[in-house]
Amino acid sequence: MGLFGPTVLDMALATRTDRRPSMARTMWDSSVGKKTVMAVSGLIMLLYLVVHMIGNLKIYFGAGEFNGYAHWLRTVGEPFMHYEWTLWLVRIVLVVAVVAHATSAYQLSRRDIRARPSKYVHKKPRASYATRTMRWGGIILGLFIVWHVLDLTTGTVHSGGFQPGHPYQNVVDTFSTWYGDVIYIVAMLALGLHVRHGFWSAAQTLGAGSRSRDRALKTVADVLALLLTAGFIAVPVGVMTGVVS
Amino acid sequence: MTDYVNYTTGEPVADGTAPDGPINERWDKRRFEAKLVNPANRRKHTVIVVGTGLAGGSAGATLAEQGYHVVQFCYQDSPRRAHSIAAQGGINAAKNYRNDGDSVHRLFYDTVKGGDFRARESNVHRLAQISVEIIDQCVAQGVPFAREYGGLLDTRSFGGVQVSRTFYARGQTGQQLLLGAYQALSRQIAAGNVEMHPRTEMLDVIVVDGRARGIVARDLVTGKIDTYFADAVVLASGGYGNVFYLSTNAMNSNATAIWRAHRRGAWFANPCFTQIHPTCIPRTGDHQSKLTLMSESLRNDGRIWVPRAKGDTRPAHQIPEEERDYYLERIYPSFGNLVPRDIASRAAKNVCDEGRGVGPGGQGVYLDFADAIRRMGHKAVEAKYGNLFDMYQRITDEDPYQVPMRIYPAVHYTMGGLWVDYDLQTTVPGLFAVGEANFSDHGANRLGASALMQGLADGYFVLPATINDYLARHPHQEAVTHEHPVVQDVLAETEDRLNLLLSVDGDRTPDSFHRELGELMWEFCGMARTDAGLRKALERIPQIREEFWRRIKVPGTGEEFNQSLEKANRIVDYLELAELMCLDALHRAESCGGHFREESQTPDGEAARDDDEFAYAAAWEFTGTGDAPVLHREDLVFEYVHPTQRSYA
Amino acid sequence: MKLTLRVWRQPNADADGAMSTYEVDGISSDMSFLEMLDTLNEELILRGEDPVAFDHDCREGICGACSLVINGDAHGPERTTTCQLHMRSFADGDTIDIEPWRASAFPVIKDLVVDRSAFDRIIQAGGYVSAPTGSAPEAHATAVPKADADFAFEHAECIGCGACVAACPNGAAMLFTSAKVNHLNVLPQGAPERETRVLDMVAQMDSEGFGGCTLTGECATACPKGIPLVSITSMNREWLRAARKVGKR
Repeated sequence: MGLFGPTVLDMALATRTDRRPSMARTMWDSSVGKKTVMAVSGLIMLLYLVVHMIGNLKIYFGAGEFNGYAHWLRTVGEPFMHYEWTLWLVRIVLVVAVVAHATSAYQLSRRDIRARPSKYVHKKPRASYATRTMRWGGIILGLFIVWHVLDLTTGTVHSGGFQPGHPYQNVVDTFSTWYGDVIYIVAMLALGLHVRHGFWSAAQTLGAGSRSRDRALKTVADVLALLLTAGFIAVPVGVMTGVVS
Repeated sequence: MTDYVNYTTGEPVADGTAPDGPINERWDKRRFEAKLVNPANRRKHTVIVVGTGLAGGSAGATLAEQGYHVVQFCYQDSPRRAHSIAAQGGINAAKNYRNDGDSVHRLFYDTVKGGDFRARESNVHRLAQISVEIIDQCVAQGVPFAREYGGLLDTRSFGGVQVSRTFYARGQTGQQLLLGAYQALSRQIAAGNVEMHPRTEMLDVIVVDGRARGIVARDLVTGKIDTYFADAVVLASGGYGNVFYLSTNAMNSNATAIWRAHRRGAWFANPCFTQIHPTCIPRTGDHQSKLTLMSESLRNDGRIWVPRAKGDTRPAHQIPEEERDYYLERIYPSFGNLVPRDIASRAAKNVCDEGRGVGPGGQGVYLDFADAIRRMGHKAVEAKYGNLFDMYQRITDEDPYQVPMRIYPAVHYTMGGLWVDYDLQTTVPGLFAVGEANFSDHGANRLGASALMQGLADGYFVLPATINDYLARHPHQEAVTHEHPVVQDVLAETEDRLNLLLSVDGDRTPDSFHRELGELMWEFCGMARTDAGLRKALERIPQIREEFWRRIKVPGTGEEFNQSLEKANRIVDYLELAELMCLDALHRAESCGGHFREESQTPDGEAARDDDEFAYAAAWEFTGTGDAPVLHREDLVFEYVHPTQRSYA
Repeated sequence: MKLTLRVWRQPNADADGAMSTYEVDGISSDMSFLEMLDTLNEELILRGEDPVAFDHDCREGICGACSLVINGDAHGPERTTTCQLHMRSFADGDTIDIEPWRASAFPVIKDLVVDRSAFDRIIQAGGYVSAPTGSAPEAHATAVPKADADFAFEHAECIGCGACVAACPNGAAMLFTSAKVNHLNVLPQGAPERETRVLDMVAQMDSEGFGGCTLTGECATACPKGIPLVSITSMNREWLRAARKVGKR
């Protein structure tokens, strides 16, 4: 500083400002930040799916155990929590995760498409494979979630007579229709592909990847994708084969 | 023969700005004596910098840091692409980190001797002093120099010296140093202190009342020719090796900025001093557009040889050890493969002239790593030279781990350039030249890893100190405007030239003329020069020039992106510069450094200098296209390093 | 060799472009790809046609000027720059499609020449160490572990050609930006500006209209200097660290 304020020299060197927006603002305004939102929300959903999938497998132990498990989900945390409080908490977190994930994905996709308006005349299919699977997979999964909730949570579009409190029967009803099976299996295959690239991708976005860890991360992603898909598909398969009825 | 060879001799020129006194105190003294510009007034001064290589990039950034308003130009699409980026081997500095007896004085000595006693002692000593600061500066910028396991900087040896003082970043030292300067420049661009004009080529300099006050430049995208004004103009536009068409320079490196400055009154010194680099990849055919250099550092571990017998066409691995001639090790036992570039190049030419060259056309010698691979292991060789080997393999489709590389000399660097005083000011007041654009500190031959050193010394440290003096002495220059009659004249001249190029509509492409000129220069003004050959070239050049203006074909218009027009306009200047190079080579009837006159050699074929007659720098004054120039001699005084016959045996 | 070239011709930024077909003959397999185009251009000039404009300069794979998408691949089928691609990678009678980099942040100037100044602005946003000339301490004052120096070098090798953007289906500049962030952030000299650098460079990258990263890996495959995909991961880590740290200030 000179006697009368900043000199030209000071100004020449002051090329940066130290005033910064909040972390949340920084996150949401940045493509890297939005990817982080996607990664975190994705991992939350992934965690939920693992629990969900394991819970689903209880269907193989009969209506009593499955329905009891469903009831227990509503009483978790009692007596501290009131009936269904925990469940609603989980639902809220999931809705927030889904909305955050989808909004980020939509906004990022728009940015991506704008960034590459004209296509190459000479096409290379492989370039956009992962991106395309993620985008279409995401849309399929989004539609599936709507159907899934309307089918087995609210019963709005359920095929048989929806019986609240009797999830075992509701599940069997759904998977006794060909379209129920088709929708579900297609969605679970999409889920597998989505998790496969998504888990590894989230690790990269969160900075957890490294050259030495890459193989391990890819293996975990593959195993997770396979287990989830297989675990979820086991239910309609059980119904279709008559093991579950 | 035209009258061109009948040049006249004018007043001798002396460097008026170098202080006297002990050589190691001169730079301090000059800096102290130089007038300074008050920091608060610097913003009012505009400095134009042409070029963004090591010299230009570092000068622009540093001047802006000092507070000057810098307006900078480059023809590339980004300042990061200047051809300094292609320098591979390293940068010298007298750090003596190896404790191997290096010192500022030794670097000074090596450079004067390496330049075959045709450089100015004061300048070279300053260069050696500053070399130390350059490394500090670059490390502070984050230049990722090679390091040892202890985390300290690694060095290697280069040709012509016996200490290890070359700092390097694998084979990409130029790239890393340039990116350092580019990043410093970028910081100043962001701060608004540098107004950067990429894809803009300087076409002329504006001299008003005897002082450089601006330039004429063409926006290469829109074709718009515009004027830019300043209190001083710095040319950092590089060398003129592309006169030869085939060289290791970038395709668009050109001499227009310095040649136009020369035409406006800046004298051109030692134009015939060109460096032919010994280790380049041989050409493969007439389609060849440029030559690729393989770093001189390869000579640290590679051994150069040719078959003993003439016309031996066996593949390298079938030639037994005793039938190989490791000619550099044989002739120069103490320096071996690490002799200076001029000597290595000429030796290669000699063995090829004897008919012992290898590869297509016999224009090549082997650079063999078999011993190195045996000694150090494949892995260590790969770590040290991997990227160079990859590059070689990509170009030649041969695996240098299996078969020896083939190399041949190629035009690489020009020691000559605009004459400058100790302050780096040309004979036009307010016009400065830095880096390869000036006639520099390298005399008649530049040592390896010294170009980067000189470019950065000029740009970071010398010019920013000396330009102060000029600006302080001319604080209130009258504003020059576009309407000024001189400006209008320069502008009209430039526009006329381009319009003429576009209107000839002949039947030959710009490249065909460039190639023809290049072949002529390589034959008669290349590695070996003779009186008769140079006279032949001097007769031929005006004929090519005449034919050029009759038969050139440039498609398109001047108001658009037109690469053919850019090329053709550069060739206009090459066709004049080539003539001066040949004349300079003809008049200097001695051999020194890169300039080898066949008439002047020792009995064993080494260059024979003639210090009685030629211990001077030849500064040429322009008088008109094709008109005999005026020679001004700057006598070189050697107080500290006494000229001796260079010996590397 | 005789080849059929289909080349993107576009007179200027505002005009529409289209592929034009040319035949070239007498091509040697030792020619570089650009020398093959030189041959075409020499013929076009003599025929009175406009030669094909393309960026090129050093022709030794280091300046980063050359920038052609050849048969859908940035810099063509080999992992190198266009100027170091040789015709031996093609067969006699081949049809070769030549297009410019395509990304909205890289508008076409003419034919195969695009404007990559967005890259310069990303560097200007923070891709430097603030070390004014003269302020440097002795070079050996700070030792840098060799592993860090090598890591920095590996990322500093980026030539700024833009192949990563050209190859990315989203036109993202993450690999370019991460290369510079990683180069400078790992070094002790770059540490004081470590947070601001990554935040500002990423913000500039976004504002230039580059797309986001979906980790397809196309960028790293196209990179002539072998900057790895994990470079982006490292930058993400730096970015998150910086966002947390700066948010707390």
